[in-house]
Order: sequence, then structure tokens, then C-alpha cells
Amino acid sequence: MEKYLILNTLNFPILSLLLLIPVVGAVVSMFLRGDTVLKFWGLAVTLGTAVISLPLWSCFDQTTAKYQFVELRHWFPALNLDYVVGVDGISVLLVLLTTLVMPLCILCSWTYIKTRMKEFIIVTLLMETAMIGVFVSLNTVLFYIFWEGMLVPMYLIIAIWGGDRKDYASIKFFLYTFAGSIFLLVSIVAMYITTGTFFIPELMDHAFPFSYQMWIFLACALGFAIKMPMFPFHTWLPAAHVQAPVSGSVILASILLKMGGYGFLRFCLPMAPAATLYCMPYLIIMSLVSIIVGGYLALGQSDIKKLIAYSSVGHMGFVTLGIFLLNDAGIKGAMLQMINHGVTTGALFIMIGLIYERTHSREISDNSKLGMFMPIYVTFLGIFSLSSLAFPGTNSFVGEFLVLFGAFDKYPLVGALAIPGAILAAAYMLRLLQKMVWDDSDGHGHHGDDHGDDHHLSDCNFREFIQLAFLTVFVFWIGLHPTPLLDMMDTSVTHLIHQVNAGGAVQEAVHHGEHHALLNEAGAWVKNLF
Amino acid sequence: MLNTAFLPELALMLTVLVLFFMTLGKFRTGVIQGASLFLTAVTLVATFVSMGAQDSLFYDAYLVDPLSQLFKMVIVGGLFLVFYLGRGLKGIDGRLHPEYNMFLAISALGLMFLSSSVELLTLLLSLEISSYALYVVIPFRGGQQRSHVEAGIKYVLFGAASTGLTLYGMSYIFGLAHTTYLNELAQLMPSLVATQPLAVVAMVLVMTAFFYKLALFPMHFWTPDVYQGASNETTSFVATLPKVGAVLLLIRFVSVAGYDVSQLTWVLAVVAVLSMTLGNFTALVQTDLKRLLAYSSIAHAGYVMIGILTADEMGMSAAVFYVIGYLLMNLGCFYVIYNVAPNGENVSFDDLKGLSRRSPLLALTLLVSAFGMAGIPPTIGFIGKFMLFTGAIHKGFYALVILAVMNAAVAAFYYLKMARAAYCAPDSDQDVIVLPFTAKLLGAFFIVAIIMVGAMPQSILAAAKHAVATLL
Repeated sequence: MEKYLILNTLNFPILSLLLLIPVVGAVVSMFLRGDTVLKFWGLAVTLGTAVISLPLWSCFDQTTAKYQFVELRHWFPALNLDYVVGVDGISVLLVLLTTLVMPLCILCSWTYIKTRMKEFIIVTLLMETAMIGVFVSLNTVLFYIFWEGMLVPMYLIIAIWGGDRKDYASIKFFLYTFAGSIFLLVSIVAMYITTGTFFIPELMDHAFPFSYQMWIFLACALGFAIKMPMFPFHTWLPAAHVQAPVSGSVILASILLKMGGYGFLRFCLPMAPAATLYCMPYLIIMSLVSIIVGGYLALGQSDIKKLIAYSSVGHMGFVTLGIFLLNDAGIKGAMLQMINHGVTTGALFIMIGLIYERTHSREISDNSKLGMFMPIYVTFLGIFSLSSLAFPGTNSFVGEFLVLFGAFDKYPLVGALAIPGAILAAAYMLRLLQKMVWDDSDGHGHHGDDHGDDHHLSDCNFREFIQLAFLTVFVFWIGLHPTPLLDMMDTSVTHLIHQVNAGGAVQEAVHHGEHHALLNEAGAWVKNLF
Repeated sequence: MLNTAFLPELALMLTVLVLFFMTLGKFRTGVIQGASLFLTAVTLVATFVSMGAQDSLFYDAYLVDPLSQLFKMVIVGGLFLVFYLGRGLKGIDGRLHPEYNMFLAISALGLMFLSSSVELLTLLLSLEISSYALYVVIPFRGGQQRSHVEAGIKYVLFGAASTGLTLYGMSYIFGLAHTTYLNELAQLMPSLVATQPLAVVAMVLVMTAFFYKLALFPMHFWTPDVYQGASNETTSFVATLPKVGAVLLLIRFVSVAGYDVSQLTWVLAVVAVLSMTLGNFTALVQTDLKRLLAYSSIAHAGYVMIGILTADEMGMSAAVFYVIGYLLMNLGCFYVIYNVAPNGENVSFDDLKGLSRRSPLLALTLLVSAFGMAGIPPTIGFIGKFMLFTGAIHKGFYALVILAVMNAAVAAFYYLKMARAAYCAPDSDQDVIVLPFTAKLLGAFFIVAIIMVGAMPQSILAAAKHAVATLL
């Protein structure tokens, strides 16, 4: 086992602490009274977790693809099941994203959540543990426990603090994800029966026969594609996003959707390499459809939250596209795009929550002409909208560029087909920006009519400013200097691609050559066109 | 050295006797309940003392082995929880309070005998002891209505019919094998089951009475009506303890039929899948919480069956673990139902609305129990399902596991409905439910047990493994 791991050399168990602190925080908040106390407590716990997670960044060894900061304890010896947590270049950034976004989730709910503050803090903290757990588990059962355990607090967040149709949305969210991931459990058990281990790195090294890989790939991919969400499994997302409270939307967009991509990288690719190569064309096609359909649907929305939700489908399409290009640029771009989407879309949802608190409407037409009243808000909206449409200089540009670069490098046709998605993103985001900031075509001046004065449309206060400014830093940092992030993932991504290609070569699939030939031919045809 | 092999039974018999004498006097309900609880606790201690005992009694018809002792522990523990849960016997006709606890104890005693019976006639006798007590108790509900009588009659009729079928099967087995001792049957049956279709028929017929107790398809028809018609405290007994006994006996019978039981496995697999599917799909549309739990228990019976039909250590120990988890989670639900209904009436989804405001503890108990039954980690229900699937895949029953998994996804819907009703529906103007400290303690116990055993299942799993290991 040691050949895969580097045990934690820090003088404290960093990953276990990250898992434990929110739980302990949740237990303590049961005994606290008063909403303000609870809010500050929640903030303190999430901030503390964030601070403790920082050594993951500074002490990370970029030269190895082994799992680091590992803690290993026997948990369930009869089944060869250990408590083993660790991070590599693929998961470390997602852990950091989680710990850094969670304080914002408390902050953005500061005045948004008005009822049952205690329960809210408890489920948010439990949610944090579950999400970190998914990213650090190196054991399939542990992974599944966190993966499924996460559903309960998320369900409660939507179902208790959600909008008018929260019942429908929360149940749809739960059933969709549950139905998808329960097949994951079957494949986890099946792999255990074949190999006798739940330890993820060992499973990655095991060469399963091709047909077996196909079953595992399909079972896992279904769960991850739903979580992603990938067309045609995306319908739960708009419902959940629109009905969820602001922090629920932020958690969903920033972290939950990343788990699908992470699952593909952690399970499907390394454990079923031959099946991955075989299925690659289909998943690329599904990704392209997600990009185009997501963008096209976003174009037609009048509800801001729905628009951003559909845009997420498109952005996640870029992520799966990058992953299944199976080349260095593609996977790195996909990884970076996951982080970017977490930053940008998280910020956009915070902004929607912020304006909803003021106007009590999520319709674009009710929130127009904000440029007159809220200059700071509008500035941030501009930044994050541009980031969302991958404007050069912002974070998403780097990610999307890498994915497209990978696509053109491998299959130019695929790259060409993804371009309209990027254009669509510009179309719907600029339309949104234009309408919200300047548009007064309906000229009703609802701000004045409804309330007689404009005071309720106050600009961002300090708390809101801090959240958005914090995320803005990341927009420009990643946009202008992404190298540190790319360096973090470099060795692990190289290792992963090696795993897939080596595994795929051993288990040479009979058919996948034909698909490649088809795509290459089509690509050559497009090249000739230019 | 003191032989502790028969100690638990003696202690429970003493309980029954004391309760019988109490019915002759005039005691307040509280006193009777206190006495029942105390005596059951003593029995629990006695069972604990005799955990390691191994003996063969009464001309080898009565075997005390780790399996039987584990189940006796579960049965007595369950009885204790049922007594504890039914504080005040709100749903029972006031005149019958003294007798009520006595009959429950007799039924549990029958189940205890059943755990150790390894001879067909002894087994039948124990089964009838436990059944007859329940036949009497089910119509005890206060405020007699038609549905209450219907429940009583249905339980008797189906019980009698299934016992008849079991006897009929036993006659076949005796005809084929010329013995009624399970240990002798275990030598003969495997070859008989492999060669003679009649032996398969006989085995299935013998199991019928236990299908009935477990509420497994096709012997499930009584379940929804009895759950609905019997009082809440009675249902909490009927829904849990007899099922524990049935699982034990099914394990014994399947292991008697031997390892390689292809035809019998097929029958049991079909029954398991039908049971799950029928239970889950019918449960989706229920509005009465007890009817819903009835259908959910039919589905759970199907899950347990998956573990039993694997007929190896992994699967059977998973079934044992699952049924222990099922007992806890189900009692958790009934604890909520019992406390939500002010006068022991049935509880519908509408009554649960706003429960998280009226009593956060009850709502949380319901949430944990419901998510546990849906198999969401980290609860005992998840580990149970996980172990069951591991056992079945180990034997290569992929199709069975996939069907079970799809069923689990369907079932999640109605468990969520329960949680949603408690947490999300608009708050009604009903009063806060005030629970005494002892009742709160029980709720906390259910929550902690369901989660903690889910997080640290080793000791119970090890006990289950140890118990079934002696069979194989």
C-alpha cells in the first residue's frame, strides 16, 4: 500500500481535522442560542477550517503523483476496509475550493436566511464535512458514504429554506442523484469482490477485463453524469438551483457539480481505461450537446437564476469535454474550468441572492437598470459576467482556452463544434448584463413606483463587498497567472493520462479504433475546409 | 458450574408469571409497565449472561448455540423497547391493560423458544405459542371499530392457513427423510433438494409460515390491514419481533437445504424480488403512515431474503445484521407514530406536518429512521444493504442486486416523503408535543443507535458472523 502513499508529515492530522472540525462545530451549535451567535459561530468554524486547509497549498509536493497528507487507520478489518484519506494534484484544489467557499456560504446567508438559523448552521457544517470527505477519501466505501451522506443536508437546505416549489425541486434533486449513484455502490461492491480491496489506488492498478470495465464504467458514469449534470440528465439542476436558497445554490454550483467531474477523473478513467477509450467518442458528443443545449436554453430564460443554472450545464459540458479528450491540455483545462466555475458561478449566485433580497424577484425585467442605483454591484456583475463568458484576462478564459486547445489538438472537428457554445455564452451573459445594468425599455421605474423611494435598492454593504471582492481576486489571479494552479495538478494529470493509456493499451478494445478513424477523418475534412 | 443455557427462557417465564398474577389484582397501568420493564431488563441481563452458552436440551430438540443466543438477545431487547415505547398504553382498551403486557411477553417467549428449536414439532409448537398470543392481542385496541376486528380476523385466518401449509410441508419432509430433526435433515436434504422437485416444494411449504411472519410475498396480504387496524403499540411489536424470529428460522431452513440450492434459490429469489417491488410500489401511494410502513416492511422482507438465499456466511450474517437494523429503524418510526398520536389513533401524513416545530426530537428521530430505511449512509440501514449486496455479488447474483438497487431508489421517494412531511410542510397551529424525559431518552437512543452502529458496525457484524458460522 505504501507505494501509493506519502503519509502526513505535518505535525497535525490535517485532513481528519478538516473532516472533524465542521462536525464538532455542528454539535456545538446545537447548544448555542441566538441567531447572531450562531451565525458568528458558523462563520468562525468555516473560517477556521479554511485556515487549517491552507497548508495543503503551501506544503503540497508537486513532484509526485502519490497521495499526500495521508492518514491510515484500520476501521473494519474483516472487510479489509480502512479509514484512509489523502489528496493528490487532482483533489487538492477541490478541497481548497470547498474550504474557501464555505465561509462565503455563511456570509451570503447572513440576512437571507430568516428562519431556523440553528438548523441552517448545522446542516451547512455537515455539508462541508461531507463535501471535503468526497474529495479526500481514498477508499471507495468512504467515498460512497460521503457522496450519499451529502444528499441529506443538501436535500434539507433546499427543502426547508427553498422557494415556492421547494418540495418538487428537493425531491427531484434527491431522487435523481440517489438513483444515479446507487449503481455506483453496485460497482464498488463488484470491484471489491473481484479484487478484495476498497483502496482506490489499488483498484486503479488492477487490470479488469474489458467487458467488466464496460459495466463499471457505465454504472459509475451514470452517477457522475447526473451529478455533473450532463445532457440529458440535467433537468434536476435548474429546478434545484431556482428553488434553493442562495447558499444552497452556491454550494450546488461551486462544489457539488465538481463531484461529477472529480468522479470521472478518480473512478472512470483510471479504473476502466479501456472502457474509457471505447466510450470516449460518445461522451465527447454528449459534452458537445450539453455545451450547445445548455447555452441555447440559457439564452431563452427570463429568470436570472435559471439562466445561470443552464449556463452551468454548458460550462460543465466543457469540463467533460476536456476530461474525455484524454490529453494533457484537455484534462488540465477541465480541472481548471471546475475551479473557475466554482469561483465565477458561485459569485453570480451570491449576486442573485443579494439582488433578490432587495427586489424579491429573480426576473430579469424586475431587476433592470441597476446601473443607476448600485454602481458597486454592477461593477462586480460586469466582472463575473465577463468571467463567465470566458473573456480574456479572466479565469474562465484560461480553462476554456486549454480545453479548446486540447480539442483542436486532438479532434479539430470537436473543437470547431464547441466554439458556438462559447459564442452562446457571450450572447446570454451580455444580454443579461445589458438588461440588468442599463435596460429601461419597459421604463416603468419599478423601484420608484412600488415603494415611493429608492432607498431599498442600497448598494452592496461591507459584508457583501468582502465576499465578492474575495472571489474577484481569484478571477484575476487565475486569469492572469494560472501557472501555480497548473503546476499543482501537473504531475497527477500526467500520471492519470499515463494510467489511461497504459491500461487501455493492455486491454486494447476491438472497436474503438473505428470511432477514432471516424473522428479523425471528419477532423481532417474540417481542416481541409479552412 | 451454573448451567446458563436455559436461563433467558426461565427469566422470561418468570416475567410472564408475575405479569399473570398482576392481572389478578388491581394495579395501575404505570405499575404494570414498570414491573414489565424491570422484569424484561432482568431477562436481558440473563440473556447477556447466557450469550456464550452452548448446549443441547430436551432430547436434542432444543439447541442453544451462538445463533439462537444472539437472536434471543435481539428479541428481549426488542421487547424491552416495545414496552418502553408504549408508555401509558394509549391505544389499548383500559380494561385490558393488565393482560396486554402479559400476552406480549408470552409471544416473545414463543419466539425465544423458536430461536432454539431444531426439531420440526418443537418448532411448530413454539411458533404457535408466539402466534396465539398475538391473535389475542391484536383486537385489544380501544374504541372498537370494524377495521380493528378485521385486523384481528385477518391475522388469525392468514396465520392459520400458513401454519397449515407449513404442517403440510413438514409431512412431505418427514415422508422423504424419515426424521424431524434439523441436524439429521441437514445430512439428507441437500441431495434430496438437488434431485427431487418434491423436496423443493416441501421446503418452500415449510417456509410458508415464516414468509407469513416476515410478511414476504405471497404471504403479505395481512400486513397493511393488521398494521392499520392494530393499535400503535401492538403494531410496533408485530412489525418487528416476529420478523426477527422468522429470519432466524429461514436461515436455519436454508442452511439445512445445503449450500448448492439452485432450484430453491430460484424460488426464493423470485419471491424476494416480487416482495421488494410490490412493497415499494404500493408504498408510494399510501397516506396512512402505518400502512406505508407495512408495505415498506414487505419490501424489507425482500431485502433480507437476498441475504438468506445466498446461503453462505457473508450473506447470512448480512441478513442477521440487516434485521437488527430493521428492528431499530422501524421501532424508531413507531416511537414517533406513538408519540404523535395523542390518543393512539392512526397517523397520516397530514398529522406529521410541522412536526419539527411541535417536537424537534420526534422529527429528527423520524428523519434518521426514514433515511436509515432508505439506506443512506452513515446509518445502520446503509451498512445493512451494503453487506447484503456484497454477499449477493460474492455469489454472482448480479441481476438480483441490480433489481434490489433499483428498488432502493424507488423506496427513497416515500421515505423522503416522511422526512419532508415532518420538516417542510407549512406549520399548523397544533400544540407543541411535550415528551417526558424518559421518552426523550428513547428518541435520543434511536438516533444515536441508528447512526453509531452505522458508523461502527464491527462488533454486531462480528457477532452475526460468529452466529451463522456454526450453521455452515
